[in-house]
Amino acid sequence: MFVKPNPASGMPIYVQMMEQIKHAVETGALRPGDQLPGIRSLAETLVMNPNTVAKVYRELEHQGILDLRHGMGAFVTSKARVTARTNRVQAAEPLVKQLVERLRKQGLSEEQIRRLFEAELIREEELMRSAK
Amino acid sequence: MSTAILETNGLTKHYGNFKAVQDLSLRVQRGSINGFLGQNGAGKSSTIRMLLGMMRPTAGSGRIFDLQIDKPDESIEIRKRAAFVSEDKRLYDYMTVAQIIHFTRSFFPRWRSDLEQRMLREFGLPLDRKVKKLSKGMRTQTALLLAFCRGAEILILDEPTEGLDPVNIEKVLQLLVAFAAEGTTVFFSSHQIAEVEQIAEHIFIIDKGRLLVDDSLDRMKEEYRRISLVFDNPPEPSSFALDGIERITTADRTMSIFASGNADRIVAQAKALHATSVEVLPVNLKEIFLEGLRAR
Repeated sequence: MFVKPNPASGMPIYVQMMEQIKHAVETGALRPGDQLPGIRSLAETLVMNPNTVAKVYRELEHQGILDLRHGMGAFVTSKARVTARTNRVQAAEPLVKQLVERLRKQGLSEEQIRRLFEAELIREEELMRSAK
Repeated sequence: MSTAILETNGLTKHYGNFKAVQDLSLRVQRGSINGFLGQNGAGKSSTIRMLLGMMRPTAGSGRIFDLQIDKPDESIEIRKRAAFVSEDKRLYDYMTVAQIIHFTRSFFPRWRSDLEQRMLREFGLPLDRKVKKLSKGMRTQTALLLAFCRGAEILILDEPTEGLDPVNIEKVLQLLVAFAAEGTTVFFSSHQIAEVEQIAEHIFIIDKGRLLVDDSLDRMKEEYRRISLVFDNPPEPSSFALDGIERITTADRTMSIFASGNADRIVAQAKALHATSVEVLPVNLKEIFLEGLRAR
């Protein structure tokens, strides 16, 4: 289910793996109660450091997405999907902030920026509709 | 912390006037995978040879487990409990692969027959061939098999993937990962930054015998940044007197800052100096390695 992280990326491997697991939860590939692979098995399959896998599971437990049951393994929590979505919205905030700042610097007004965002969302909606 | 399985303090090796290793202090945590990087002649092999008692330090000390590396009787004990692959992959050339395996296993009561079978199968080593006639890759694979199957508590490896193709490199990395999952400590040197970056959690970079970087890889990727700035009139580099700045290069209106941390403060300073564009990019280990050597 998971793909090998890209070690040569500037993004730490544990962050890449957390993203993959959250994505799987959001898409429904992983559902509440599902068990994740054991640390050793995932480390060997993806050829990555087992301590990093352990860190990923710990961080995701901390975020409420996984439940680590001692001696049993890691399981997806019942509220994982909602939590993963909330996390993603939080993660998007700095991106939007950066873009808005940049557009402002280019001399666009607040109103123009708002219209650009709305126009883009409408355009996407129409594309989706015509694809059906 | 008391969890260090390997530790050196001020380890130094001089060959006449040549300072191969200077004042090296390392701490390796039990159960971790550590990458040891440096250019040719940086002092990697000299360090490893001292750790294994194959060479006496000029000054300083070191221990593996609770055994001193420069005491001959304790070094013998170290070599029973630590597995080691040297840069030259020294083996008995006149033996066949089967003979050298049989010979080696007789010295190690904790020999891993399961692993021996797995490695023979995965590497496809020719049991009846003389070691002398092996290709460079097969020679490396044989040396790895002999080291890995000893049931050691720590693996100290000098260029363990030398001469291997990408498929076989991945097999070796997979074995190292499996060892770490069993609690074995791994300390390995390599020229291949990509493979170090793939499995190591802690990085040591040595240059001209001195330790340049001693850090967790995750922390480095979270902290190191390349910051690209554009100015109408670039300020003097001295106006960026902030912690974390490793190097500043200016070309016309653009300024590039390589930082080992403190990116937020540097960006704030750039904005205060009226930068017209600010871009912050993450960097990978190769960039950190090359920048680190250039800064010296």
